[in-house]
Amino acid sequence: MITILREFVQSFLTFLERVGLLVRFALRLAAILPTGMLRPRPIIEQVYNTGAMSLVIIMTCGLFIGMVLGLQGYDLLTRFGSEEYLGTATAISLLRELGPVVTALLFAGRAGTALAAELGLMRATDQIAAMEIMAVDPMRRVVLPRFLGGVIAMPLLVSIFIVVALFGAQLVGVEFFGVDSGSYWSQMRSAVELSDIREGLVKGLVFGVACSLIAVYEGYNAVPTAEGVGRATTRTVVISAVVTLILDYILTALML
Amino acid sequence: MRSTRTIDISTGLFVLLGFAAILFMVTQITNRGYSLKSDSYRLTASFENIGGLKTGAPVSMAGVTIGRVEDIQYDMQLYKAIVTMRISDKYRAIPNDSDASIYTAGLLGGQYIGLTPGGSDVPYKDGEQVIMANDAIVLENLISKYLFNSAATKPGESTPAPAPAAQE
Repeated sequence: MITILREFVQSFLTFLERVGLLVRFALRLAAILPTGMLRPRPIIEQVYNTGAMSLVIIMTCGLFIGMVLGLQGYDLLTRFGSEEYLGTATAISLLRELGPVVTALLFAGRAGTALAAELGLMRATDQIAAMEIMAVDPMRRVVLPRFLGGVIAMPLLVSIFIVVALFGAQLVGVEFFGVDSGSYWSQMRSAVELSDIREGLVKGLVFGVACSLIAVYEGYNAVPTAEGVGRATTRTVVISAVVTLILDYILTALML
Repeated sequence: MRSTRTIDISTGLFVLLGFAAILFMVTQITNRGYSLKSDSYRLTASFENIGGLKTGAPVSMAGVTIGRVEDIQYDMQLYKAIVTMRISDKYRAIPNDSDASIYTAGLLGGQYIGLTPGGSDVPYKDGEQVIMANDAIVLENLISKYLFNSAATKPGESTPAPAPAAQE
């Protein structure tokens, strides 16, 4: 009984320690942020790595999420004889929730793991230690561009996801089931406010910061073994997903 | 490692695509947007009550969508709603004594304008007003009339016009 309790306390303390380390890591990143912006070249490369390379998966998933929304929405709304509201239902659920959240989960899986594995491997093969010996700050040279690349790419990925999903829902609702295309877009137009779009973009930005931070933190602090890199990658996905969903609730409560 | 040029081009494309998506969201799916226009002409109609009619609602003849509601204004002189419709150029030859009515798609669905053709040989011109305009049927008015049983005793000026199908 006592040992169980002790173990629980131990793991809780480890958790607190990790949170503290993460906050310290984030503060260090923030401190070198202004000078790090002076070198745009590596940031552009990371926008390419995290953003442009995720484009195909984001657009494919967006299309199918939209098509599913069209299908489910149509089925549900025809029960009330109000399938004109398909556009409204799709647009609002995408802008407020599905767009940012699904994009963040995909981002954690596609870009977050790549970041964590890359940094973890650099750590395991002593590349980071080599940089420190050459008096090059690895935080500024390696970590910051990767973090910023993710932060820049995320809101753009969210917007692309949402627009592709809207056309996916239109494909199913309008082309397959014959909802009037004018009703689809005009009901959407009359119900969607600019604040809905703002909510989606703010969420995208916050999730981008959270997921990128977790990915670079886990990679940078990976145990320098093959196993450690693998574990860092797994932790990145799991923690990113949980943090995204928790933040989602908080942000929704704040902005609703 | 790919060449920097490829990276630059793909990054540029990605960022451009992202901003295009934001622009699309802001202009096309909110009500302060701008719609893309095709070849068409305008008709106006004035209604006592348009119910829940919104801009962008379909304008149909015999169930076929031939145009959209472009604009809804309130006229302070006439105390009426002025609805501007944009009709596709394909449907130029609508007789100029056709009437316009506001119908509801489904029981709780969105509202649309239905045009019923008249017998005239002269078609409507661009910007002309539809003279015969039947108002939307407001469900609450019908229910209250039914409840207080005054619909039968007072078929006066405040009675919402019945659907033209019932008149014919």
